[in-house]
Amino acid sequence: MAAQGRHGGQESNKMTALVVDDNTVNRMIHHRLLDNLGIENVAVVNGKEAVDIHCSGKTFDLILMDMDMPVMNGIEATRQLREMGIRSMIAGVSTRSMEREIREFIEAGLDDYQEKPLTMSKLISIVHKING
Amino acid sequence: MDRNPIRRQLAIMRQSLFDQGYLDEQFIELEQLQDDANPNFVEEVVTLYFRDSARLILNIHHALYVHFSPTLFLFLFIHTHKVMILLLFFRERKPFDFKKLDGFMHQFKGSSSSIGANKVKAESTLFREYCRSANAEGCMRAFQQLKKEYATLRKKLEAYFQLARQTGPLETATRPK
Repeated sequence: MAAQGRHGGQESNKMTALVVDDNTVNRMIHHRLLDNLGIENVAVVNGKEAVDIHCSGKTFDLILMDMDMPVMNGIEATRQLREMGIRSMIAGVSTRSMEREIREFIEAGLDDYQEKPLTMSKLISIVHKING
Repeated sequence: MDRNPIRRQLAIMRQSLFDQGYLDEQFIELEQLQDDANPNFVEEVVTLYFRDSARLILNIHHALYVHFSPTLFLFLFIHTHKVMILLLFFRERKPFDFKKLDGFMHQFKGSSSSIGANKVKAESTLFREYCRSANAEGCMRAFQQLKKEYATLRKKLEAYFQLARQTGPLETATRPK
C-alpha cells in the first residue's frame, strides 16, 4: 500500500518522490521514469537543497539520491536527513562501483542502492520495497 | 519489415548504431519511456546531453591544454621618451590537476552512460584510468579519441533524429538483433 504522500501541503494517495541529482540529463530521465509509474516528483540539484526542501516541511515517500554532487554530496545529505528524523525510503543511485564507497553511502542511511543508469526495472524494485 | 522505405532506412540506421557499438541497451530504456504524451523524449534527452556535455568537454580541454597562467602582466607606455615598454608578462606552468580532470570526466561519463553512448563511455573510462595513474600523455591521447567518438556519435544521432522527424518514431522499441 503506497504511503500517504504530502506534496505542497495537500495530502493525496499518490506516491511522491524527490530526485536529488546535479546532472541535468539524469534528472530528466529520473523524472520521466517516475512519471511513467504515476509518481509525483520534484527535483533538486544537490544535497543541501534536498535538506532545505525537507526543512520547509515537505516530505516524500521516496528520495532518489545521487552520491557525487557539489555543495553537499549524497552521503552527507542522507546523514542529515536521517538525523532530522526523515524516514522516507532513500535509494542511493550512483555510478560508483567501489565497494568501500558504496558501503559508506549505505551506512549514511540508505534503504537501497542502485548503480546508474537507473532503469525502469531498477526503479520498480525500489518502489516494491516501499509497498512491500 | 516496414514497407515504407524511409521507415526501413530509419530502422537500418538504428540497428547499425547498435551493431557498430555506438549505442547500448540504455538507449532502448530511453525509447521505452517515449509515448504519445512524450513522443520526442529520446531526442530531447539526447539534445540535452550534447548541450550539457559540450560544456564538460570544454572544461576538460581547458584543464588539459590551458595549464599556463599569467601571473603578472604590466604594460607601460612612456610618452616622454616615446618608448613603449611591455613588461613582465609572466607565465608559469601549472601542474596537471588529475583530480579535477577525473571529476569532470566522472560527470561526462555519467551522462554518456545515461543515454547509452557506449563508445564514448568506454573512452571516458580509459581517460579516468590515465588520470588515476597520473599519465598526462595518456590523458591527452584518450581525450583526442574521446572527442572523435563523441563527434561521430553526434553526427550519427543528428542524422537519425532528422530522419525520424520525417517518418515519425519507430512504433516499438526493439532490442538489437
